[in-house]
Amino acid sequence: MDAVGVLIALLKIVVLFAVVLLTVAELVYFERKISAWIQNRIGPNRVGPAGLLQPYADVLKLLMKEDVVPAAANRFLHALAPVVSISIALAALAVVPIAGSPVTLFGRSVIPVIADIDVGVLYILALSSMGVYGLTIGGWASNNKYSLLGGLRSSAQMISYELSMGLSLIGVVMITGSLRLDEIVRHQAGWMWNIVLQPIGFVTFLIAAFAETNRLPFDLPEAEHELVGGYHTEYSSFKFALFYLAEYANMITASAVIATLYLGGWQVPGLSRLGLSTGAEIAMQIGAFLAKTAAMLFFFQWVRWSIPRFRYDQLMNLGWKVMFPAALANIVLTALVLLFVE
Amino acid sequence: MPEEYIPIVLILLCALAFGMVAVWLSRILGPRRDYPEKLTTYESGVEPVRTAHERFSVKYYMVAVLFILFDIEVVFIYPWAVRYRALGWYGLIEMVVFIGILLAGYIYILKKEALKWD
Repeated sequence: MDAVGVLIALLKIVVLFAVVLLTVAELVYFERKISAWIQNRIGPNRVGPAGLLQPYADVLKLLMKEDVVPAAANRFLHALAPVVSISIALAALAVVPIAGSPVTLFGRSVIPVIADIDVGVLYILALSSMGVYGLTIGGWASNNKYSLLGGLRSSAQMISYELSMGLSLIGVVMITGSLRLDEIVRHQAGWMWNIVLQPIGFVTFLIAAFAETNRLPFDLPEAEHELVGGYHTEYSSFKFALFYLAEYANMITASAVIATLYLGGWQVPGLSRLGLSTGAEIAMQIGAFLAKTAAMLFFFQWVRWSIPRFRYDQLMNLGWKVMFPAALANIVLTALVLLFVE
Repeated sequence: MPEEYIPIVLILLCALAFGMVAVWLSRILGPRRDYPEKLTTYESGVEPVRTAHERFSVKYYMVAVLFILFDIEVVFIYPWAVRYRALGWYGLIEMVVFIGILLAGYIYILKKEALKWD
């Protein structure tokens, strides 16, 4: 790879970070608006038109606050934990393709993904399991019992559900015969999306994704009623904001991955029959990918404000005694169906 | 192709840099008005008894050990899944035997109540 290639890669990374961070800001706004809508309130409406600038005001306020580190805490690990959380949340989107064909930029063809590697699925699984380090280190470093319990809970919860997450994806890999995300999307042409071919796998992956992102009904690491704030009890100022950013960035990653693996990614059924130019086709594909991701994000919010939190033993039972056997059964079922169909 | 992985290294470095700059910004932008009471653990709340770095429930270790066991099995299934169409019936029988052994261990764990939380 030459200097221009590295430059283009850096440009794509900057664009991705900007898009993710702006989406996080608006996601916080929409979360508050949706919760207000579900609870028959108005929600934020003071800062900017219709309250749209509220999240930026929040970020500025958090930046200007005092950064308190408790005397008993481990200072280095206390600062390291939010860095680990946010960097892993930002890096996970590198392998998700957003369109079907390369675009020409500066006289060379540029692929619509940051890194088109042949083990994309493994990369996503690896990074999503790295995310647990941020929460666990943060809980341990604070030297507060509430934080420690939150950190321990999050590690046990995330590794339990990672198992079912990895197992549910195997069905998709068997159908496609590849771990490259681009090939998985290409395999879902027309209406043959993986949600149709893998209904059990889709449901187990969806539930595991809720647990991996620590969203309600599985937000036990935070559980403000019993653990005050869990792993971020002792965090203030922008370090706290980084945990918050990471949680929402993880939600965006999970939505984009679900859209890519199960909802056809950038595929628009019947697009090639319209006879559009290549540029218009790419624009339509990017639009379809963003719309599917946005629909999944709305689903995350909707569930959060509709379902109450699980108890911890219920969460572990669901993970080990329902999800794990269901995901294993899905593999055997997929294997049998594939053999009899072909 | 190692060249495909250069952007991965780049994005990991950029993400790390973003996080470190953000933590550094919060340190220099905010005011600093420390005094011993403010820096106590769980400030303004219940006074903590001893430190948090003590023994904690063995159940978390159990979950971690079981996770390592089963996650290695999952890693073994991935290469099989990629080549499944080529392997056919042979691949299916091999994997049913493999998952069967896995299930025997799983049932043993359930009977031993290693996953019981209460």
